[in-house]
Formats: sequence, C-alpha cells, structure tokens
Amino acid sequence: MSEVQTVENMVSITIDGVEYKAKEGEYILNAARANDVFIPAICYLTRCSPTLACRICLVEADGKQVYSCNAKVKEGMEITVSTPDILAERRAMMEVYDVNHPLQCGVCDQSGECELQNYTLELQVDSQSYSIQDTKREASDWSSVLHYDPGLCIVCERCTTVCKDMIGDAAIKTTSRGGEALDKSWKDNMPKDAYAMWNKLQKSVIAPSNGTGSTDCSDCGECVAVCPVGALVSKDFVYTSNAWDLKKIPATCAHCSSGCQIYYETKPASIEDRTEKIFRVTNEWNYVSLCGAGRFAYDFENNIEGKDEVAFASAVEAFKQAKVIHFNSVITNEEALMLQTLKEKLGVKLINREARAFQRFLNFYTQASGNSLYTLDFKEVMQSDFVMSVGTSLRNDNPNARYAFNNVQKMNKGAGLYFHPVGDTLVPTFGKTVESFVHQAGHEEAALLLIIDLFADKDKLSDSVKEQLDRDALITTLGGDADKFNAAFDKMMKKKEKFSLMVGEDLYFHEKAENLAKLIAVLEASSEVSVAMIPPKTNSLGVALICDLDDEADGFTIGYNESGDFKLSALGDGDLDMPAMNQQEGTLTNMHKRVTPTNAAVDYHGYELNDIMREVAVAPKETIDWTEHLPTAKGFKAVEFDSLPNGYLNDGTENRGYVLETTSIEVEEVSIEKFDKSRGLEGEIAYRCNPQRQFNDFSDKAHQIFEGFGLYASPAKAETLGSKVEVTFDMGSITLDVIVDDRMEGNIVAVPDFKSAENIYELFAESRYQTVTIREV
Amino acid sequence: MSLEQFKNRNVGTQNYKKLDLEHSPTCGWCQFKQVVSRTFKPELFVGLWVTLREMGNALFRGKMHTTQYPFEKLPISPRYRAIHDMLRLLESGHYRCIGCGLCEKICISNCISMDTRYDENQRKEVSEYTINFGRCIFCGYCAEVCPELAIVHGPRYETASEQRASFSLFEDMLTPIDKLNLQQEYDGFGAISSNADENIKKTPLAY
Ligand code: SF4
Ligand code: SF4
Ligand code: SF4
Ligand code: SF4
Ligand code: SF4
Ligand code: FES
Repeated sequence: MSEVQTVENMVSITIDGVEYKAKEGEYILNAARANDVFIPAICYLTRCSPTLACRICLVEADGKQVYSCNAKVKEGMEITVSTPDILAERRAMMEVYDVNHPLQCGVCDQSGECELQNYTLELQVDSQSYSIQDTKREASDWSSVLHYDPGLCIVCERCTTVCKDMIGDAAIKTTSRGGEALDKSWKDNMPKDAYAMWNKLQKSVIAPSNGTGSTDCSDCGECVAVCPVGALVSKDFVYTSNAWDLKKIPATCAHCSSGCQIYYETKPASIEDRTEKIFRVTNEWNYVSLCGAGRFAYDFENNIEGKDEVAFASAVEAFKQAKVIHFNSVITNEEALMLQTLKEKLGVKLINREARAFQRFLNFYTQASGNSLYTLDFKEVMQSDFVMSVGTSLRNDNPNARYAFNNVQKMNKGAGLYFHPVGDTLVPTFGKTVESFVHQAGHEEAALLLIIDLFADKDKLSDSVKEQLDRDALITTLGGDADKFNAAFDKMMKKKEKFSLMVGEDLYFHEKAENLAKLIAVLEASSEVSVAMIPPKTNSLGVALICDLDDEADGFTIGYNESGDFKLSALGDGDLDMPAMNQQEGTLTNMHKRVTPTNAAVDYHGYELNDIMREVAVAPKETIDWTEHLPTAKGFKAVEFDSLPNGYLNDGTENRGYVLETTSIEVEEVSIEKFDKSRGLEGEIAYRCNPQRQFNDFSDKAHQIFEGFGLYASPAKAETLGSKVEVTFDMGSITLDVIVDDRMEGNIVAVPDFKSAENIYELFAESRYQTVTIREV
Repeated sequence: MSLEQFKNRNVGTQNYKKLDLEHSPTCGWCQFKQVVSRTFKPELFVGLWVTLREMGNALFRGKMHTTQYPFEKLPISPRYRAIHDMLRLLESGHYRCIGCGLCEKICISNCISMDTRYDENQRKEVSEYTINFGRCIFCGYCAEVCPELAIVHGPRYETASEQRASFSLFEDMLTPIDKLNLQQEYDGFGAISSNADENIKKTPLAY
C-alpha cells in the first residue's frame, strides 16, 4: 500500500506484562486496540473527543487508575487492564447500567449486537445489588428518520459526541431526566467510579438541543450508528429485523465522491416475497461517517422481471449507429473503461458534464503544478489544524469534506476559513475560530489570492502574483472587514502546523478555471498549504482519469442514466434496463484518491453494459474482469477485483481497495492572469446546488429521502418569492416550488441538479452561478 | 441384574451354550413331511379358539379393545413433539409471541420465518409467522428456546393434508380466542422446571 507513512515517534509500553509499540501521544485505549489487546470501553469514539461518560475503560497505568480513553501512553508505561479493584468497579458499573433497564432484548433492535448485552455477559453480571425508582421515559421520533427510546438509553453520550465532533450539527445534548436523586449511602457503599457514573446517569437523558421535540438536523443517522444499545434506531427499521438475520454486503456508497465504506444489510423482503431486500445500511462508524444519503438512500435498485431480448437487440443496433454517449458520474470505473473502449473502437464521443469540467480543471492544475493529482486526501485534511474551503457549498456538496472541516475545529484545536457566496448558518458554528467570507459569486480568485497572501513565502512568488496581493483590498472585496479579520487571523494562527485547503465544484465550472487552477498550484508551491479537491459527483475522478471526454457533440445519442435518443437506465425509465449501483460489482474512485470495491446487494436479472460490449466490441466474461485493465498510466493498478480488500484494521488503517499512484514533476513557473473584480455577478443569482441528502436520481428514488426538487432559498428570501416561481435563465426557464432551507442566508437561491430529466446543466451551462429573473406564478 | 457379565469382554472364557438343532431336510419328501408336521399341530386350534372367544367377548359382552381412530385417539405424552401450537396469554388473550426471532434463528432446518413491525401501540407486532412443515423435523428446539412459552408442540400429530399451507400460518397454530379457556399449559420440551421459583434471584426494590 502506498499509504503516506508519516514518521511518528513510537514508544514502548507494557500491557499485562507483554511489551508493545505505540505511537507517542496516543490514548492507551487506541494503543491497545492497535495491538489487538482488549480493554472494555463503551463511550469512546475514535476520531472524537473522550467524554468519560462510562468510565468502564479504567486501567492501571504505572500504579495509578486512569481512564484509558483519555490517558496518553508514555515511554515505558506499565499498564494492567484488570486489577481486583478495577474488576469490582466494572462489575458495579454494569450492574448500574442494568438498573431499570427494561431488558427487553427479546424485541430490541440491538439484540445480538448490543454492547450492554455484551459487557453484561463479559463481566458475568448475574445479580443486581442496586436499585432506584424508575422515571417515566417515553419513546418518540426526533425526525423523519430518528427514533429515540430513552428507556433503553444508557447516556453514554456517543450520539451527542459524534453529532458535535464529527457531523457538526450538535443537534442533540444531554438534558435532565427528572429522576430521583441517589441515596447518599451508596456513595460509601459502592465503588467510587461506578457511583459517579450512576449519579450522572440517573440525572440525564438525551434530547434535541433546540429544546423542541425534533432535531431539525442533517438527518445523517450517524447517532443511530454509534448508539451501543437499542435507544436510537432509524425510524423505518424499528422492529423489522434482528441483527443476526441480516447479511452484510461490503460496499462503497455510490451517492457522492466521498465513496464511504458501507454495508448493505439484506434479508428476504417478507414471507411472501423471498427476494433479498436491503433493510438498512451500516458502516464502520469508528473510522468512517456517513451522511443521510448514504445511510438512508439505499433502495434505488432497478427491479425488473428478466432479460428483455427485444430491447437488447435494439440497444445493440443503437450502439452501432451511436455518435455520442451521454452519461454521468454514477458509474463504476469498469463501465467508464467500457465506454472509453467504445470511443477507441467505434469513435463515439463521450459526454459527461461534471466529470469533464473536473478533468479540465485537473489538467490545468497538473500543467501548472507538475502533480498528477491533488496532493492531499481528506483523511489528511482531518489531521490538519488549519483548514480552508473555497468554491464549495460545504454543507451540500460533500458531507465528508464538511465533517473534516468540523472535526479539525473540534479535535485539533483548529481554525477554519470558509469562502462562499451563499451564506450558511451552520459552518460558523463549527468552532470559535472559524471565519467565513460571503463573497460575490465570481470572486473565487480573490479568495485564493488572499490565502496566498496569508500563507505564501513571498520570495517564492512571481511578479504576476505578487502585484495582486493587497491584503486589505482583497478582504474588502471578499466582503470582510480588514481590521477585524487581521486581528482574528492572528489568533487563528496560534500554534498551527498543518494547513489544508479544500476546493470544490464552483471552481471547475468557472470561466476562470484555468487561472484558479494555477493559483492553487502557486499556493502549494509557495506555502505549506496542501490542497484537496472535491470531485463534483460520485465517480467524477474515476471518469476524469479513465475517459477521454468531449466538450461538444451531436448526432445519435445514447443516454446512460441521462437523456438521449436511446436510453439505458438503471431507474427503470429507459429503453433498456441497467443494474443500479446496489446491484453491481465494480470499483469507484473516491475523493480520497482511493479505488474502492463495491458489491451487489440486490438481485438483478437483466442485461448489463458488458453484454452490450460483447455484441458491439469486445468484452471479457464479467464486468469485474475489466478492473485489472484500468489505465495504470493514470495511477490505477493492474489488480484483480477479487483481490481488493474492503475494511479497516483495528488501528484505524483504511484497508479498502488501493490508493492511486501519483507522480510529480518539476515545472516552470506559471504566470497568473490579473483578477478582474468587475466579473462578480450582480442581481438575482441562482446557484446549482443540491439540498443535503440529495445527490442524484438514485437518492431521490429512495423512500426515506424527503428533500424535494424545488428552489431552495433562505427563510428571508423565500418570503419575498412566494410559493411557486418561474426561474428564467439565458438558456431557458424552469418552474419550481420554493422550499425554505433554514440554514441558508442571503439572496442567492439554489436550484438542484439531482434530477437528470430536468437537464439543469443545460440551464447553467459552464458555470454554477447564473443571473436569473424570478417571477412568482 | 448384575452388569458383571456385560463388563466381561473376555470372549474366551464366556459360557456359550450350543443349541441342539436338527439338520434341515435335504430331500423333497423330507421337506414335505416337515411342512405337514409343523402345520397341523393342536396349537392351531387353540389359536382359533382364542380368536372365537374374544370375538364373542367383544360382540356379546362389551369387551372391545379396538380404538376407533380417527374418532377416538389414545392419550399422548406431553413430551410428544407434534404440530406446533401458538399459545395466548390467559389474562389478555393476546398472543404470547413477542417476535424475538429466536425460534427462527435456532431452527435446525431453517423452516420458520416471521415478519415483524412497529405497531400503533409502540410494540413489536408479529405481522406474519409461518413454519414450513415440509421441512420441520420436529426437533423441539423452537419450543425450547422460546422465552415466552409461546411456541410449543401440540398434540396434533396428523400431518396429512391436501396442502401443507393448511397448518403453517400463525392463525392456524394460535389458540382460537373462543377456546382460550381450554388452552393447556405446556408441559413438554422447554417448559419451565417445577422448581423454577427457587432458582430465580429477585431484583432489589429498595424504594
Ligand atoms: S439495549 Fe441491549 S440490553 Fe437493552 S434491551 Fe436492547 S438488546 Fe437488550
Ligand atoms: S441514545 Fe444511544 S448513543 Fe445516545 S446516549 Fe443513549 S445509549 Fe448512548
Ligand atoms: S442524524 Fe446526524 S445530525 Fe441528526 S442528531 Fe443524529 S448525528 Fe446529529
Ligand atoms: S453520499 Fe457521500 S458522504 Fe454520504 S455516505 Fe455516501 S459517499 Fe459518504
Ligand atoms: S421443531 Fe425443530 S425443525 Fe421444527 S420448526 Fe421447531 S426448531 Fe424448526
Ligand atoms: S470509554 Fe473511557 S470513559 Fe468511556
């Protein structure tokens, strides 16, 4: 594996008499886990801050009792996992957790994978010494996807911790349970830590932090994933299946370019219908966090009866006369390679708008920087302590980029700079040292210039850049207050070592894309800032690397999940059916520059692209036989699909597929065009941007995704618009319902592109922002 | 009886007794003679007399031994494992099954399946439950594992039917609600032991 091996200092520690190596500064618990040593622990989440809610991770280190989840290893440390005192504490804690716990394992959704069950057995709790009067706690739904049963909650705070430290919503918190106070006599009669834990447990339950009954959050469901007991369950899943009945199918989420690790969990749909159905999606939540689309938009499969030979014959005919293939980024590397093969063999043109824009941008960047790919991956962004974002609506475009931005603030005492034309009320809440600039659309160059000015070593800059660096003027252009920002920036820079910048789709769909790519190259060459790019859609990176895409094309067009004269569709609305992503095997290239495998969860009985390939060109037996032929010149490896791993190791190392090889060559200094302030867009502006949890037709098809296709606007803006509007672009117009997005601010409205049938790309052409006129209808 | 002789596995010193058997007849005539002498013995008539006597007893003195199956059935042991019954709670009449799925999991021939859902009363409802009796081997594991004594083996051993669907659904196995008062507590495989009360540890209730 070509993992970036940072040279970290290793120390030696002894656990129960055996010597191990551990990374310096690591928590004892993580060091033990990395060495496959078991220490009981409930409340700690890797990648989040320790909360000390459970206290069960007590160990003895150098003769002192410490909590292994927040005590760091030291050279020569001697650790004992269990002493008689600690065992007594742990047993008392487990007994306390079982006080007034309904023990309804028979019906509970967590039974079989419940940590309370596991630890109660592990610690051999067979009697109960404690008791207190119970408080009435009623189950309720927090949102359209969250179901909370406080009766089962052990107040481990994993849900609140992940929501704050990883997701950034901080939508839930502990509140008072209103329970009876503990009898003081317990204090002297029971182990100390167990008493302290109980004292807190007895006082608390979890509730939405906004004080209402509903969370009004991102609906990512990560709190459901981390809950060790059956207290938080997805609303749709409650009481529908036992954990052990579900078959876990390791896969890669196909909704956005983060390509998260997921398991589709399937079992027969019902007694009458024995076909496999996906009941839920789970993940390795210690190492990867999903968004609401990944977790809840899983039932987008294309259910068809069987092979339609007539349709297939006409598809083969269509391919023979095709001039153009129009497709999108929800496609595997293998299928992209098939289309590229068609281009080489039959001379068809390949149209994929989002991947083409990204490809062009990557090429500009490569020419200017000499790097074959952007330098950072998003795991590294998460390790940085100063993170910036330009040209992406962080909350909507890529959930994991946003989690990284948030996590840096919470875990690394980080700072953040957020540049975007659309005001956002969530991002500034990620941390105290987050500054956001709501700038004019079209002023992205100014943002990059400001970053260069802030971080670059001026001696390494060419004159074409240097002459444009007037910090105060740039800040003002970007809508900031120079004095205030300069003061804030000094604070932000305290004790910062690793700097990262994320850039997104606004820059790829930009008339100054080339200049922006060059600015990024200049920034990297002249400063310590490294850059990660967010590919616009699911496999845009893979497509950009594999396919030789065209800008313009006409003639007989085959649409693959897009419009065309002949339509292949995994949505069931085309001329020939194709398998959806949850019915296919293959690989995806994600924004972490990783090629990850995905597997078929649901049966598919129809034809695949590979069958067409066999008729019109060449094809091996299976789609996955293409995997080893992915272009090695672009960084892919010639490995078989079946040899690709898909998991994580105990120390958190990602062991999924492989990382793309990247190369780097020396290049000449580039000259930068002058930033032209007058190019900023004025007037009524529409932004091509999807609501949270919506990425494509497939997320839209899923029954647990409720975000509609409409015009998204801030509450204030929505008021001025009315309920239904016609939005007129240069290239046409569209009529949409107005939907309020509480977290948007300002006047720019968002038009989603997740429905391919609406041809939104046509309206926006080569930019993500357009001036429009909006009229109520 | 002493087990001594069974434990003595030293074949050489055991007391075998050789039976003094006649040789089998070899010629045709000898075989004929043997058949005739074995057939016409007085015991034949003794046998015929017994039959006649019992017939007389049955017909004229009311001493009939035949069980009139299928109108009459012999009692069977509670441990007999026949077609399953689904019991109800005596007080509320609600079915006992909580939908925990343990029977489904333990079933050795994988013939139980069930659908459950979240019902209006915030409880787990068993919306459908079926056993494929074409595959069930009547091992009794399901009854043994059931924590609610909901699924038990009933006495219904006649498994002939036009369709096996006739007795594989929840309602078919469930005690009819109007026969609730006739529901027998199960005593067989998986039933609680007679000293169960002694084995239970009580949860402290200090308040
Ligand atoms: S949360 Fe765990 S221990 Fe509690 S009822 Fe559910 S499975 Fe049982
Ligand atoms: S809901 Fe679950 S994760 Fe949250 S505090 Fe309760 S037990 Fe822990
Ligand atoms: S769904 Fe996500 S955002 Fe909402 S409360 Fe749970 S963790 Fe937080
Ligand atoms: S949509 Fe993106 S962030 Fe969400 S789970 Fe899928 S890959 Fe991860
Ligand atoms: S008796 Fe045995 S085989 Fe039959 S349903 Fe029960 S567990 Fe399955
Ligand atoms: S895991 Fe350390 S206190 Fe809970």
